[in-house]
Amino acid sequence: MSDTHAQSVAYVRDTMLPEQAPPVTEAGVIKWMRENLFKGWFNSILTIVSLYFIYQIVTGAFPWFANGIWSTSSLAECREVLDGATGACFSVLTERWNQLLFGFKYPSEGYWRPTLAFVFLIVALAPALYPAAPRKMLFFTGLYPFIAFWLIWGGTILIPLMVLIGVIAGYFAFKRFERQSFAMGMLAGLLAAVVVIWAGGLIPSLLPGFLALEAVPSRDLGGFMLNMILGTVCVSLSLPIGILLALGRQSSMPIIKWICVIFIEFIRGVPLITLLFVANVVLAYFFPPDANIDLVLRVIIMITMFASAYIAEVIRGGLAALPRGQYEAADSLGLDYAQSMRLIILPQALKISIPGIVNVAVGLFKDTTLVSVISMFDLVGMIRGPILASTEWNGVYWELWGFAVFVFFIVCFSISKYSQWLERQLATDHR
Amino acid sequence: MKKLATLGVMTAAGLSAGAVSAATLDDVMARGQLNCGVTTGLVGFAAPNANGEWDGFDVGVCRAVAAAVLGDPTAVEFVPTTGKTRFTALASGEIDLLARNTTWTFSRDVDLGFEFVGINYYDGQGFMVPKELGVSSAKELDGATVCIQTGTTTELNLADYFRKNNLDYEPVPIETNSEAQPLYLEGACDVYTTDSSGLAATRAAFENPGDHVILPEIISKEPLGPLVRHGDNEWGDVARWTLNALIAAEELGVTSANIDELASGTNSPEINRLLGTEGTLGDMLGLDADWAVRAIKAGGNYGELFEKNIGENTPIGLARGLNAQWTDGGLLYAPPFR
Repeated sequence: MSDTHAQSVAYVRDTMLPEQAPPVTEAGVIKWMRENLFKGWFNSILTIVSLYFIYQIVTGAFPWFANGIWSTSSLAECREVLDGATGACFSVLTERWNQLLFGFKYPSEGYWRPTLAFVFLIVALAPALYPAAPRKMLFFTGLYPFIAFWLIWGGTILIPLMVLIGVIAGYFAFKRFERQSFAMGMLAGLLAAVVVIWAGGLIPSLLPGFLALEAVPSRDLGGFMLNMILGTVCVSLSLPIGILLALGRQSSMPIIKWICVIFIEFIRGVPLITLLFVANVVLAYFFPPDANIDLVLRVIIMITMFASAYIAEVIRGGLAALPRGQYEAADSLGLDYAQSMRLIILPQALKISIPGIVNVAVGLFKDTTLVSVISMFDLVGMIRGPILASTEWNGVYWELWGFAVFVFFIVCFSISKYSQWLERQLATDHR
Repeated sequence: MKKLATLGVMTAAGLSAGAVSAATLDDVMARGQLNCGVTTGLVGFAAPNANGEWDGFDVGVCRAVAAAVLGDPTAVEFVPTTGKTRFTALASGEIDLLARNTTWTFSRDVDLGFEFVGINYYDGQGFMVPKELGVSSAKELDGATVCIQTGTTTELNLADYFRKNNLDYEPVPIETNSEAQPLYLEGACDVYTTDSSGLAATRAAFENPGDHVILPEIISKEPLGPLVRHGDNEWGDVARWTLNALIAAEELGVTSANIDELASGTNSPEINRLLGTEGTLGDMLGLDADWAVRAIKAGGNYGELFEKNIGENTPIGLARGLNAQWTDGGLLYAPPFR
């Protein structure tokens, strides 16, 4: 710059230009639209066509929602009120609200029970799902299955209480023998639990009225409550069973290995709906008619078997993805099989498997609607059967199915959002 | 050893399940409850209402049997069954009586091992088309797309009918009646075919029922009736004569309104025998004398049940037609109570 002199250059500006706003097409919304919506003639046409369709859908659907009728008691009455105008008959939802949620046979004065069980479910899930929640709440999570059973099915509180005592006895027996070996501890725990439950089983029959809620037979469960029960119970049961199956499949003991392989391959090779038909129809031939095993229990067993086979395969994928060195490192520390699995292998394998497990869980939750085919009245069964077959509401479709879609979407979308959050929390790889 | 024992228990259980047919009447009385199989929902015939109580024409039969046997029309456990699970539910002993608009056919009666105890509704398969199609007879349906429920007798009847008349058609298979309605209204099929009672109920739920016509041709016989398992004739008799009692009551003019008065004795011997003031008909069935009184009181006689659930004053609006008493030109004909 030393060569630059005022006399050798015509004009030198010695102050900075003031900052100017960028051209209007290169800033803010317009820039964004130019880059994302109208980049080139092809994109512009696509944008315009899409806008047209969105406009059509919104203007078409809006009056249907806005004119919705919420307070009539039958379809005919609703059409009368609408008087030819476009509008939804949402009154089917308000009139049959309890039936959609609880089924048509759950005693109406007991609706607070499943509702309370649902609130407790959220409380119980919090410490299991969010590391930030206080650890002491896990105590409640452990109690929850027993509370929920008592609330939903009713009967004396002694039955779940006895089972709970059995489980606690089993836990202490496990702790007592765990020092010697993990398998020994498991065996002792199982034995203690069975003995205590069997012995304690006599007490509820002596005091059937002790702190008893009105008993509700399983056949009377229905609506979205049934989907929630089946989904929660089956997912939470199939996770531990699936882990055991996955480990069993990798075992070096041939009998255990083959049992697991055959179970997994058989279940995965059969459609869920056939398993449900077996649960409903074929099993009935094996039991005397009065000693029927509860239909909901049969269905829970079948769906759990189905889900555990899938989860086992997902977890096997996680186990296979771990580098060999992890197994060898565990061995070189002198850990036995149970310790190395619990402390080193499974925590890593399960983390890898999270997306797969959530995928199975979401699929399973939606599959619970298949029970409507074996004449159980879950949400879909209620809609297909009793509500559409009633003289008042025969002919209402969009409102009911839209409601079912909405409810299932909320649950499944939150599960998948949660799993994405969990993956980010657990991300320890260095990307 | 434990496995063996379990197997043994299961075998024994299987055998005893095979032997349930022995004394259903005693079983029902001991249980204090009738297990009655119904549909998961069919307008007018069986559906739970807003309070969760089952209601309908088929339900009325269940309640009448429960009233006759147990003295309480509400002592019924309704077991909802689908078209696919109904027969196994009955054969396995899960239900005592199936009242689920089931067509009485040879193979169901003979081969599947059931006993149809009578006919509570004479139905027949018909066609419904939109008025704007301008069709007035099923013979003009050449090349039509037809919505049809799979796995039912209607499917076979349709094939037979079109082949016999040398017509072409394209079937659109559907699962339930409630799926058929939107498909038909959207125009996915030109014609909807099912039992004519179902057509009437479906059309009644349309926004503009007048835009659709039910063609005059009835192409099949669909006698619908309740059924029980083969091999327990005492129980079959109870169900059969309860149904007959409802039909005979209408013929004899016994209604739920005047039954208390008539049950104290009349000068018509047949009414007296039916209502138990004369003779020992109840005894012969293994029930007490006023079994029929209770059955009729449960929901009224056949005509009252019909009017209340599917008759002309209901949204379904079925005419009696074939289901009128034989004295009115219908087919209902209860054997004499003697």
